[in-house]
Parts: sequence; C-alpha cells; structure tokens
Amino acid sequence: MRDAVEISRRRWLQVAPLGLSFALPALPARAAARRGAERPGALVTIWLAGGPSQLESFDPHPGTPIGGPTQAIATSLPGVRIAAEYPRLAEMLDRFSLVRSLVSREGDHERGSHLLRTGYRPDPVLLHPGLGAIVASELAADGLEIPRFVALGNDPHPSRGGYLGATLDPYRVSDPGQRGQNLVPHVGSDRQARRLEGVERLSLSFAAGRAAAVRQTLDDHTRRGALAMMESEQLAAFSLDEETEAIRAAYGHTPFGRGCLVARRLVETGVRSVEVTLAGFDTHAANFTGQAAQAAILDPALAALVADLEARDLLDSTVVLVVGEFGRTPTINPLDGRDHWPHGFSGLLTGAGLVRGRVIGETDPQGLVRQPSDPIDVADLVATVLAAVGVDGSREVTTPIGRPMKLAAGRPVDRLLADRS
Amino acid sequence: MIPPRGVAAGCRGGVGYKLLVAVGFMMTRLLTVWRSIGRSARAALPALALVVIATLLAAAARSPLAGPSFGPGPQGLRSVPVADSPAAAPASTGPAPAAPDTGVPVGAAVAAFDEILAARWREAGIDPADELTVLRRAWLSLAGTIPSVEEIRRFEADRTADRVDRWIAMLLADRRAADHLARRLARSLVGDAEGQFIVFRRDRFTDWLAGRLEANEPFDRVVTAMLAHGGLWTEAPEVNFITQAMSDDRLDANVLTARVSRALLGQRIDCAQCHDHPFAPFTQAQYEGLAACFGQVRVTGLGVEDDPARVLSIDLPPAVEEPMGEAPAGSRPMAPRTRKVPPRVPFGAEWWPAQGTHRQNLATWIVDPRNRRFHRALVNRCVAIVFGRAWHEPVDDLPDPPAAGAVTDPLDLLADDFRDHGCDLRRLLSILVGTRLFHLSSGHPLREDEAGNDAVDGAWAAFPITPVGPDAMISSLVQATSLRTIDRDSHLVTRTIRFFREVDFLREYGRTDDANGRPQPATIPQTLVRMNGRLARELVEANPFTATGRIAGLARDDRARCDLAFLAMLTRYPTTEERTALGDLLAAAPSRGQGMEDLCWVLMNSVEFRWNH
Repeated sequence: MRDAVEISRRRWLQVAPLGLSFALPALPARAAARRGAERPGALVTIWLAGGPSQLESFDPHPGTPIGGPTQAIATSLPGVRIAAEYPRLAEMLDRFSLVRSLVSREGDHERGSHLLRTGYRPDPVLLHPGLGAIVASELAADGLEIPRFVALGNDPHPSRGGYLGATLDPYRVSDPGQRGQNLVPHVGSDRQARRLEGVERLSLSFAAGRAAAVRQTLDDHTRRGALAMMESEQLAAFSLDEETEAIRAAYGHTPFGRGCLVARRLVETGVRSVEVTLAGFDTHAANFTGQAAQAAILDPALAALVADLEARDLLDSTVVLVVGEFGRTPTINPLDGRDHWPHGFSGLLTGAGLVRGRVIGETDPQGLVRQPSDPIDVADLVATVLAAVGVDGSREVTTPIGRPMKLAAGRPVDRLLADRS
Repeated sequence: MIPPRGVAAGCRGGVGYKLLVAVGFMMTRLLTVWRSIGRSARAALPALALVVIATLLAAAARSPLAGPSFGPGPQGLRSVPVADSPAAAPASTGPAPAAPDTGVPVGAAVAAFDEILAARWREAGIDPADELTVLRRAWLSLAGTIPSVEEIRRFEADRTADRVDRWIAMLLADRRAADHLARRLARSLVGDAEGQFIVFRRDRFTDWLAGRLEANEPFDRVVTAMLAHGGLWTEAPEVNFITQAMSDDRLDANVLTARVSRALLGQRIDCAQCHDHPFAPFTQAQYEGLAACFGQVRVTGLGVEDDPARVLSIDLPPAVEEPMGEAPAGSRPMAPRTRKVPPRVPFGAEWWPAQGTHRQNLATWIVDPRNRRFHRALVNRCVAIVFGRAWHEPVDDLPDPPAAGAVTDPLDLLADDFRDHGCDLRRLLSILVGTRLFHLSSGHPLREDEAGNDAVDGAWAAFPITPVGPDAMISSLVQATSLRTIDRDSHLVTRTIRFFREVDFLREYGRTDDANGRPQPATIPQTLVRMNGRLARELVEANPFTATGRIAGLARDDRARCDLAFLAMLTRYPTTEERTALGDLLAAAPSRGQGMEDLCWVLMNSVEFRWNH
C-alpha cells in the first residue's frame, strides 16, 4: 500500500537542502559544538529488506526486453538516469556515489543479508559482527547513555554483534518516533523505588557465599545502566516531539520516514551506528507496483535525511549506506515479478570520507551477460564503508574461538574514498 | 491450608471466559503475524485461524472442565495444594513416581567420578545444596524450565529417602526433557540459521531428535540415521541434518564438515578449510577429505539421495596449476578448473568400511567404538548441558584423547562408560546428575573474592553459576506464573498461549549465546525487556489466571503469599530476613494484588531467577 504522504514540489523546496536550515530547532550547545569532519564518525545504514530491484530504482533499462514498464529520468549527475519513481533523489544524486555492479555470492535472504552486512559468508560455527556493530565497537562514544547501535524498523534478519558480543547487538525500536521500547516502568515512581529496593535486597541475599560470582554476573552493573538509560535526557533522540511538522512531512509520514528522522536525531546525539529498515522489496509477484510503492516511501525519506544531515553539517562525519541483500532478476517471471539476483545490483553511498558523484559499473541492458562491468564485491563495499567512517577494516581481532579474523573480509574501493581517489 | 479442591472448583466457572480471552489473544497474534509476513503467505492464514479456532472449540466441548491450568491431569495428580509450608503439605497427593528403568545401574560410574573429584574438594569446606535447589537446577538443565508449584508440592509430599534421585530420573524420562535436550543438541547439529526454504525443516529435525531421545535410542544409531539416511525432509526428518547445508539449491559440504567436526568429533577441523590448522595437526587436505564424504549427496525434489558417480569438486583459482586430477572431459576451455577430492578421514583410517556410500562409511567411522573423539565430544557437550559449562572449554575443541585404555580425567571415564553401555545418553545424563558435584551448593567460602571464585570454578569445587539462556528464561517465566505444570498434557489453549509468548519474547529479547553456545549475561536492552516489557507486565499481573492473582486471593496471609511466590519463582522458601524485608512490599501495597505484583516483579528481576545455581 502506498502510505506515503505526497509532498508538492513547492513544499519540498521549502524544506530541501537550502531551505531546511530555517526549520531547524535550536540545538543543544554540546551537540552543536561538534560538527564537520572533526566530529567522530557515524554510520546510517538504510536497509532495503527483501532485495530491491536495481531495474526499478538506480539502474533502469527502459525500452529493453528486461526493462519492464519502468521509466527513467535525468538526475543531477549528467548522463546518469534513475527510475522515475525517485524524483527527489534524482535531484540530489550528485551528493551520492552509485555502484551499479555489486556482486554477491548469496541468493538467499538470510545468507545474503549476512554477507552484505558483514562482508563474510555465513559461517556455521562463527557469527560475524555486522557493519553497525563493528562501527559501534571501534568508535568511541563518550558520554553516551543510550545504546551505541540502534536498529529502527522490523528487520526479518536483524544485524548482530556476532563474536564481538551481545552488547553490540542493536537496540531495536520497531515503531520509530516513539520514546523507545521498554523504557517506561509499569508502575509509579514510589512503587518502582520499592521494587528496586527489593531487587537490591534479594541480590545481597543471593550474594552470600558467592559474592565474587554474583559480581561477575554484571547484574548490578547492567541494571544500573538500564535505569540510567530510562532516566537519560538523551532518550529525547528517539522522540519526534521536538521536530516541526515541516520536517516530519519532508521525511514522510511513514514508519520508515520517521525512522530516518530518528536516525538523524540519534546521530546528532552521538549514537555511532543506526540501521533503518524498509521491508517489502521481495517482489516475486507484481514487481512493478510493489517496487513503486516502496520507492514512494524511500525517495522522500532518504532525500530528506541526506539533506538534513548536510544542512546540520553532519554529513561530513556520517556515512549513509543504502543497500539490500541482493537485487532482482533481469527476467520478468509469469507473475509479473522478479526473483533474487545477486549477480549485479545497486547500492548508494554518501557522507564522510566518500567521493560524491561517482558512478561505478554497468549491467547489461539486454540481460544477456550475467556479470556486470567493473564488478564490486560486496565484501569490498563493506570494507569501503568501514574505511570511510574511520575504521581500519584490516585490523585483525582474535575471536572467542581463538581464530584470528580481520574486521573486513574485503579491501576498500579506493575510487570511492575521498582521500585515495 | 486451602484445600486443593477449592482451588479447582473455584475456577471452573471461568473456563468459558478464559477460552474467549485466549481466542482473542490468539487473534491479536495472528493479526500481528498477518502484518509482518509477505503477501504470498497471507492467503493461507485465514484457513489456519479457522482451524485453530475450530480445534479450540472442539477441545472445550470435549473437556468442559479443562481450563488452561485447572483440569485434572491424566494421573489425577495435578491438583495444587496451596500449602503454607512444607510441614503443612499433605502427606501424599498420589503414588510416588517410580524411577524409570535406565538399564544398567549407574552407581559404580557415579562413585568413580566422585572419587576423582574428591581430591580436589578435600581441602575445601563444601556444603551440599538443599533438595529444592537441586530440583531447580535439574529442571533447568534437563527440561529448560523450573519446577511448578504443583511439582514442588508433590515432591514435598514424597517422603521417601531417595526422592531427589527418583524425581530427576522421572524428569529424564519426561517428554519435556526430551524436547529441551533435543533443542540443545540440535543447536550444535543444525545451528540457528533458517536455512533454505522448504528443503530444510528445523522443527521436523528437532521433533525427530526429541522422539529418539524420549525412546532412549542409542545415540550412535541416531547419529548414523542423520548422517547416512536418505529421503524427503518431511517424511525422514533426520535428513534435515543434510539439507541444512543447502543454499541456492546447492549443497555446501563445508557446513556439514564443520558440524561433524565440532559436534560429533569435538575438533575444529574446519579451521583447516583454507589452510592447514595453525594450532592443531589437521591439514587442509584432511579437511577436504572429510568434506568429500558428502560429495555423493544429491538433493532433489524427491529428497536426499547418494549418487555413487558423484565426487566432491573444488574450484581452483584461475592462475593456479591444477595439482590433482584433470579437467572434466568435454569441458570448454573457459570452464572453471576444478579438482576432484576423494573421501578421506583425518585419523583412524582403518575404521573406514570397505563398502557403502560415503555417508554410510562416514557414519560407521564416526561411531566406531575405537573413535574416542566421538564419545568424548558427546560427554563434554552433555556436561555443558547439565552443569552450564563444559569439562573442556570450548565445548567443541577438545584435546587429543589419551592412548587407548588410559583414563586420565573424568571425561574419559564417562566417555568409556558411554561407549561401553551402548551410547545410552539417558544413562550418561543420569550419571552426571547423580554425581556429588551436581548436588553441591553453588556457594563456597572462597567465592567471596575474584581469585577464590576462579579457583573454585577451576577445581569444580562448587556447582557452577551460569546464566539461564533465553529459551529457558521465558519457559521459566511462563511456568512461574502458573501454579500447575505446563507440559504436553496441558490444555491446548495454555500451550498455544505459551507458544506465542515464547516467540514474542525471543524475538524481542534476542539470543545471548556466545560463539560456543554458552548463554551470556544479559545486555541493557534485555534487562529493559525484563523490567518494563509487555510480557513482564502480563506475567506478574494479578488476575484469576496468573499465579500472582491466585496466590494473592487464595493464600491465608502475607507470610503464605511470600512463601508461595518464592516457591513459584525461585523454587525455595524465603529466609527469615527475606520474609521480613520483602514482606514490606506486601504490607505497603494498598491491595493484596498490587503487593503480589510487586513481589513477583522483584523475584522475576532478581539475579537468582536468571542464573542457574
């Protein structure tokens, strides 16, 4: 269902890049002081769950046997056209780099998600950490009272902390825009205080004869952390109460749109890694209407997010990665759908440390050649994102099973990195 | 004391209402599922909902008195005396359970195990755990839940001297234990991944394994079946061990090699997948040879089968000269270069049979009585299940076994016993829970400081304190809020509600296991789920359908309420100090129900509830 609110072009221009700063609420002094490239890095992953069709988004081939009814429009990058369902992104594509030749080796949702997110194929005995967990683990987050890694929306195959530990699993918020899940006690403050006192007393009782063992459970430490989070002023980052209606409308009144807006607020507060999931791209049937419906949600939200980050001088320190687990087949099946296609699909990148306006790779417009030109392995994409955000992906860590492992399986694509290209 | 009949009779009138609530609850869940799944699967859901509702109505019609937790069980032993104290418990609510026949007596093996450990404990002042604590840890380890108040009362009514041993033996023969142990073992055998749609059915595999465990089938036969059998994943559920390796309609032999290596041999031979093992003597060639044992497998729409003409082919890098074999006949010049790898085992080549498919031969080789790695691996994993930590950590990377006949540590003692008694898994578990170690207190004078605590753990001088995993935690939470035992005999409505609650909780709580499958301490978000989550509120809410509400309404006074809450949540009675301190929660509340909610919330969020001790 298409539940995005249409925004007129005039309205869009009011809140789009140049006009957006007028709508900005006052920023806390501490957050405002940290801007530009000097600010610690952060990563926002826009996860398009289900496998978005490259042909109905950033690599259309209208008028060819594989193109379907999708039309293409010109973009702010000369000579580069994307699907007509993405008019706002078309206007600002010069702020992104576009890879049209991502190559994966996994065509299953779960395995493909794992490979895209970690750079490693699923290992039956070792769970690799996702990009978000690595970034949250490697980049300091001093003074942060809320989780370093937050996942917004319902991801069928959520990112994990893997061998870095469950503390780097994301804090999940299924309905973005609310204050956050499980943060409000069920009872009033007096009653809650009595309950907590009871827990403390019971812990002391249990600790008799096993004090060190109880300390090693980290129970007290974790509970205090939870209580600190429940009372933290930083929780306001999860709420949209402070945002103007103009900004909310720019992102779109959809769960995903709200998620993107919350992502900006979280990054501003100091969260190192945010994933926002837009599910529904698995269009084995009715591909064209299904992908168009998703585009109507994605286009305004993503455009607003990047414009907003840029207007707040946060884009130079924040990488935005837009990708799904794979693409969709050039052929159109009898149900008017497209199936899984890991052999050449698209991803968008922008932000800190990344070149903007570059387009890499090309798929065959006739769909006869499986391998795209200038293929980019998804493991290299992961390594590139890590490098862009300031993480040394070549660093080797010792996993809990004693097996040394590099954070990134691939090598950064120099052409996408501002300081290497 | 409130008579048992009063409890049951007082609730009969609410069965219809409860059914209505349960149906509403499930419809809410179905709507949630409806929104979260893809369009293609939605078409089947209305029919499914109708089937569920029809089943519920039919069940209610057949058993008008059978509410979620109030109907008499099949043995007539399921009424719940809400006694104030052990002394007030009835003398007996039925015949004491008979210990199932486990075949050969385990006493000698237990004694030998205890003798080896005794030297490590001699200098330490070690206390045995009280019986209820042992009961709790047995339930958590073997059934993945805590005992119900109903079971505790029946246990207390059993006046026989060896009641702990007999009750644990009874549990081992219970389907709950089979289900839990199957889930634990299945994690090492088929992992957690969803696997390829249609061809991999974890639920079928786990259910099959639970059936084998309930029947106490020799475990070497179980292993042989899942390694060597063919057929369709639905009709021959054991073949899901093979189909777990399917990806993009291709079988990934690496997955199966890793499973066999770690779960069945206790070795990490898979570390030699890309190069010779850096620390162990396993080579890449040995790894490939093991992987080649699955080279004949073919998975089609008709199921798993072996094609004797097939052999494992490994792609060669384009620039590397082919060291073995030749390019496939008739291949085009640009075809990928491969080399064929014959099956080969990394040790014990003399155990490899002369005839049979590669998979049959591999199964025979693994379960060969001379293959001590197999028996040691199974014993080490069962130690981890029973005690929360393996004898050798990590659980799937054991040192080389000693020379034949040598017994240098308890693992070998138990492994030899396991082998000599027909790979009887229930016997092995009976030995482990019968050891003195299992009956020790988790407290120890040296546990006051970190160094002493480490020394205690290192010497196994006290029962290990380990986190309860997410599955066992939600099962325990749900059980703690029902006075009656929730098991396969429970009403369909009860089991359905439990199913959805467990699914919801696990989805939100997530897994806490580390790479070796050991549960880890909770994270802050997980702590928040427990403190403030919707399920936490529902479970401690005082209403006629929860233990909280029933205790609040039926127990004689605050002391009795406090005792029952402790029994339901922590499987023990409160100390005098605890009764005084936590009794304030009951006294300070404006109503009994609110006081009980506060007390149950405290117990549920205590470290004691969430750690097996």
